Amino acid sequence: MADKRFLDAIHDTLHEEMARDPSTVLLGEDVGRKGGVFGVTDGLYEAFGEARVIDTPLAESCIVGVAIGMSVNGLRPIAEIQFADFIHPAFDQILSEAARMRYRSRNDFGCPMVIRTPYGGGVHGALYHSQSIEAFYAHIPGLKVVVPSTPADAKGLLRSAIRDHDPVLYLEHKKMYRSVRGEVPDGDFTVPIGPSAVRRPGRDLSIFAYGLMLQESLGAAELLAREGMEAEVVDVRTLRPLDTRTILESVARTTRALIVHEDNRFGGFGAEIAATIAEEGFRSLDAPPTRLGGPEVPAVPFSAPIEEWFMITADKIAAAARTLVAY
Amino acid sequence: MATDIKMPQLGESVHEGTIGKWLKRPGESVAKYEPLVEVITDKVNVEMPSPFAGVLKEILVKEGETVVVGTAIAVIEEAAGAPVAVRPSAAASPAASAPKSAARPASDGTASAARAPAVAGDGGRARPAGAPPARDRAVRLTPLVRRMAEEHQIPAQELESIPGTGDGGRITKDDVLRYLQARAAPSAGAAAASTRAPDQNAQAPAQATRAPTPAGLPPAAGDHLQRLTPIRRTIAERLAQSKREIPHAYGIIEVDLTALVRHREAHKAAWQARNGVNISLTAFIVRATARALRAFPMVNATFTPEGIVHKQAIHFGIGVAIPDGLIVPVIKHADQKSVVDLAKEVARLSTLARDGKLALEDVSGGTFTLTNPGVFGSIISIPIINYPQAAILATDAIVRRPVVVGEGIAIREMMNLGLAFDHRIFDGAVGVQFLTHIKRQLEEFAPAGDSPEF
Repeated sequence: MADKRFLDAIHDTLHEEMARDPSTVLLGEDVGRKGGVFGVTDGLYEAFGEARVIDTPLAESCIVGVAIGMSVNGLRPIAEIQFADFIHPAFDQILSEAARMRYRSRNDFGCPMVIRTPYGGGVHGALYHSQSIEAFYAHIPGLKVVVPSTPADAKGLLRSAIRDHDPVLYLEHKKMYRSVRGEVPDGDFTVPIGPSAVRRPGRDLSIFAYGLMLQESLGAAELLAREGMEAEVVDVRTLRPLDTRTILESVARTTRALIVHEDNRFGGFGAEIAATIAEEGFRSLDAPPTRLGGPEVPAVPFSAPIEEWFMITADKIAAAARTLVAY
Repeated sequence: MATDIKMPQLGESVHEGTIGKWLKRPGESVAKYEPLVEVITDKVNVEMPSPFAGVLKEILVKEGETVVVGTAIAVIEEAAGAPVAVRPSAAASPAASAPKSAARPASDGTASAARAPAVAGDGGRARPAGAPPARDRAVRLTPLVRRMAEEHQIPAQELESIPGTGDGGRITKDDVLRYLQARAAPSAGAAAASTRAPDQNAQAPAQATRAPTPAGLPPAAGDHLQRLTPIRRTIAERLAQSKREIPHAYGIIEVDLTALVRHREAHKAAWQARNGVNISLTAFIVRATARALRAFPMVNATFTPEGIVHKQAIHFGIGVAIPDGLIVPVIKHADQKSVVDLAKEVARLSTLARDGKLALEDVSGGTFTLTNPGVFGSIISIPIINYPQAAILATDAIVRRPVVVGEGIAIREMMNLGLAFDHRIFDGAVGVQFLTHIKRQLEEFAPAGDSPEF
């Protein structure tokens, strides 16, 4: 067990997995000599060489397309998209090829590959370096989407993603890289793709969140606890396949659901959780399933006060929780 | 314009109504406020006036049918509908200016930022705006509360009476839990205190409060089911609720009415001639009881989870037997009325009750109730409190009995006076003192001259 930053947990896991499995390959923009723009792949080029740590052109469709070709032919590529904001040119490769390969080939081929990408705002990254993109990709059958919320899960889920037989989109909140620390188990520790985790039990409402918002939700639960309100915080660390059982069990206990994400609400991932609760947990509800999400503006803004307005914080989550509990 | 006429809400606890008689036929015109239909509810019969002038187009609910409040019962073609205002087509100019504002993202952003604190304070728009008015809460139960009501067999009427602590008075899970706890507690206490077989105590409170199901009684040949009339259903629900929720305690004392009976016998013909009304014994008892209620305000009260509500006004209900049940007309401000006035009120309300002509206001607002099983010959009666009042007084038959008076035995006009009271509000000492207060007034009855007043 070691205390690590979120970023180090990912870095170390990449290193361990590449050392363990010679079929793993890293590719992306500046992942090699530079060691990644955030330093996540620092030293891997030196450790594993240019054949396994590949600097690619600025062409995301190409990065994913090449990874698909590698994976179909027996390698286990780990592709990095430098910022989630840049992933969209690869959307067609992900949706039409990677996610469908097993289905289209009647199980003859799969795409055992990981696409890692940093997402999210709050780092003054402005329009091209701050967006949340999970809703677009969680919609795709055949694609797994994970969003670790703690350093331990960053390790455990990345290992599971690399070892999975199908494509996994692995989202890293960039604000967490250096701001979130935590104990990370040593050795061959994995976290299965799928199950959510109750991070903090409570009886007054359930807060569902992932990534940075999970951290903020835990902060909100602390604020609420001072007022005598007990929030249960559920870490929805895998968006697809979604662990509806844990979600419904939590709502059955607390009778109220608040779903938090940084992405804007309309058509966001929270809608899927809310709809599941409404459809399958209706009779448990003492209040409407409620979503708290980013505002309906085209992008995370640059100006510091407006970015602050955009971001969901522990205070905003606590305010929404109070309103919900008073319903 | 054809408009639906709906079954009106004829009182806060009235949920359905029966069409008694249509006073208009389809095709007939009806003036505004002209009586349109007779509606029978569990409490009163009313003539419903037409809300507007027009022609009765169609009757949707036949005479004798019962429908819930809000159901369309008829269609009226309105006489002269005001022309619908046509909106000026001002759509052109905003549409034309839209692209301009879209081309100024900077100013939009600033505007949004300026609103930021408000949005955050609103819990980030976590809740749809516009809290429902409190009166809507009956139909705005959350799914969980609905489920709990089903599981614990809480009748709709009772569910409505649960005080809601949610937004806009909405009943929350915690409210129902509190209610269930309050409901279960008296039964559990009673079971524990009872001297019956031990297995009685083992009964779970939840089971104890469940309504008995007729499942164990298969119908035998010749049995038949008599459907509940609205009034029978109300009586059943109210009395069951009272017995379930209120821990009843009882006290009965003997009252020597000889002096009062003799005085009344001597003067009742004269009183009748003078006042045009029979001054019944009930009027004297109401007079004495109203005074006792002033002296013992906790008897004129209602128990709530928040505390005991002491009622300022004394609105005196009197149970009247009617063909298909029982109704309790209310004498308002009974403590401010003389015996003669009380006698007139009793006579007036009894007549209305027997004729089925009581208005809703005649039967609402009661704070205390008198029941008189004595008229049927009962000598010891254990009544059920008229929920949610604190107590009910029962007067039994007046019986000529040998009674020890001083060192001798005399024949006296004796009556038992019984009180059933909510033991949560006050205790036996108060209950019997209250009865004694009434007893003294009646026994020490000393009117001036031939007056009935005392």
